[in-house]
Amino acid sequence: MTAAPTMAPATAPITVHIDTAMTTAAGSDGEGLSTVMKMAAEKLSVTYGGRVAVREVTIAVPERSIMALIGPSGSGKSTVLRCFNRMNDLIPGAAVTGTLTLDGEDIMPIDIDVVELRRRVGMVFQRPNPFPMTIYENVAYGPRRRGVKDRTTLDELVTTSLQRAALWDEVKDDFRKKSGLALSGGQQQRLCIARVLATQPEVILMDEPASALDPISTLRIEELMRELRKTYAIIIVTHNMQQAARVSDLTAFFTMAEDRAGYLVELGPTNQVFTNPTERLTEDYISGRFG
Amino acid sequence: MTSPARPLGRLSTTSRRSQRADRVATVVLWATAAFALALLGGIILYLVVASIGVVSPAFLFGDPSDTELGGIFPLFWNSLYILGLTMLISIPVGILAGIYMSEYAGDNRLTNSIRFAEEAISSVPSIVVGLFGLIAFVNLTGWGYTALSGAMALTLFNLPLLARLTEQALRAVPPDERAGSLALGATKWQTVRHVVLPLAIPGIITGIILTAGRVFGEAAVLLFTAGQSTPTHYDFMNVDISDPSSPWSPFRPATTLAVFIWKNNAEGLGNFVTEVANGSSAVLLGTVLAFNLSARAFGRYLSRRLTAT
Repeated sequence: MTAAPTMAPATAPITVHIDTAMTTAAGSDGEGLSTVMKMAAEKLSVTYGGRVAVREVTIAVPERSIMALIGPSGSGKSTVLRCFNRMNDLIPGAAVTGTLTLDGEDIMPIDIDVVELRRRVGMVFQRPNPFPMTIYENVAYGPRRRGVKDRTTLDELVTTSLQRAALWDEVKDDFRKKSGLALSGGQQQRLCIARVLATQPEVILMDEPASALDPISTLRIEELMRELRKTYAIIIVTHNMQQAARVSDLTAFFTMAEDRAGYLVELGPTNQVFTNPTERLTEDYISGRFG
Repeated sequence: MTSPARPLGRLSTTSRRSQRADRVATVVLWATAAFALALLGGIILYLVVASIGVVSPAFLFGDPSDTELGGIFPLFWNSLYILGLTMLISIPVGILAGIYMSEYAGDNRLTNSIRFAEEAISSVPSIVVGLFGLIAFVNLTGWGYTALSGAMALTLFNLPLLARLTEQALRAVPPDERAGSLALGATKWQTVRHVVLPLAIPGIITGIILTAGRVFGEAAVLLFTAGQSTPTHYDFMNVDISDPSSPWSPFRPATTLAVFIWKNNAEGLGNFVTEVANGSSAVLLGTVLAFNLSARAFGRYLSRRLTAT
């Protein structure tokens, strides 16, 4: 295992690898994508107890965009996602190599402030995991932990976060008393999104955020993502290809190599990946001919 | 490939067999549960009936007497006192040790052998723990037979179990909850303090109840540590803890109710051996029951307070 090369803060060197994809990409709502990369990974590899789970993934996410990571189970999508906020640190035996940057700043060194990184890079999980507290306290959790005590500030943060997560109308009467666990699955997931928004992140990672939800809740989450895209960079792992096609600006297709290590096959504007992929593997997967 | 549909009213041999197995299993499980409950109910009923006419205010709150029935108060007080002293040491240390073992220590050969040792210690015969206590807390410390020696021996007996039960309660908290908190930029301690502990409270309370019940009813550990004698009258106004006659002093011999029941039955002194044994046992049982119920109620209150459910 080689040590990660230290990366001097740079403005945009990472874009080199995928610049054509970036500059020609148009967002689903017609806007051109920014050429400023919010997060970037270069030759990112992850091993679990010596077994290679992800091999040399190079990927960059522009600010104010949604990137979908798609591919079969075991292709390393979630593993890559969990590198962006260093959640892989929590898995015993996991080792990550390569370069990973947020606003050009290297986030790989062992001694960076992981707590601060996770405040800037929020995460929504596959299964809604509200805390066993009131809705208010769920949303106030992040701000409180970083020391916000002022009642008015907290009230305002909670209210606006619930509004932005499109949950406000359903909970405005009892959000101070009602437990987050008393909400329906779809509401819980929007609560988890509100909780992330309240920490005022810059990037939001979503790991199959709608896979446990009914179609209506799924649609609401997708609308919400399109709304959030105006401010945040969003990276979403999804098994639902219609979802990837509907919400994302960019799509990255992963698959598994012979040795079961996941790798990135193709990355490009979503409509191109879905209608005219450059790789045969991508085409097979998207058209359903995969295994 | 499909066989002609069979009327649903007529069972095939296989489904008849599996239905019979299902019924047998239900009956066997029901019978075992009923047997366990009947044993427990029998003991309680026996004690309630046997203690009628024995347990009275004078029996509970009077001082010991040779000529009249009763007066178990000093013994009852000693039981409560030693329970309090033991839990005062065990609860904070046990819970903090449990948190450390669950959240910080990790899984390696050393911590796994500690876990094994925790479980092994709590299944050591209590008389052995008592004899160890005699050496360690009575003789080596030079304290003699004292409430504190008894409480230390009981702590030795209970602390590992409480730490283990706390650890298990914490480990039962879904990893999703931890990940959710960490992903919001909470530190490890904030996560433990605000998310994991509140969810583990019911399990930790169960651990406290289990260990407290063991402490309250334990006799063998205390025979050679807290001693088999006690003042027959306590003056609660005497708060000088260095005075061995003060009920508040940890440095005094303190026979507990459980030790007294054993001693009373073994030596059979006095005029009311059977009555005193029955009455004391009923009091012991009633107290443990009351303690369990109130601890559970408190646990429910605490977890409602902390989790808003």
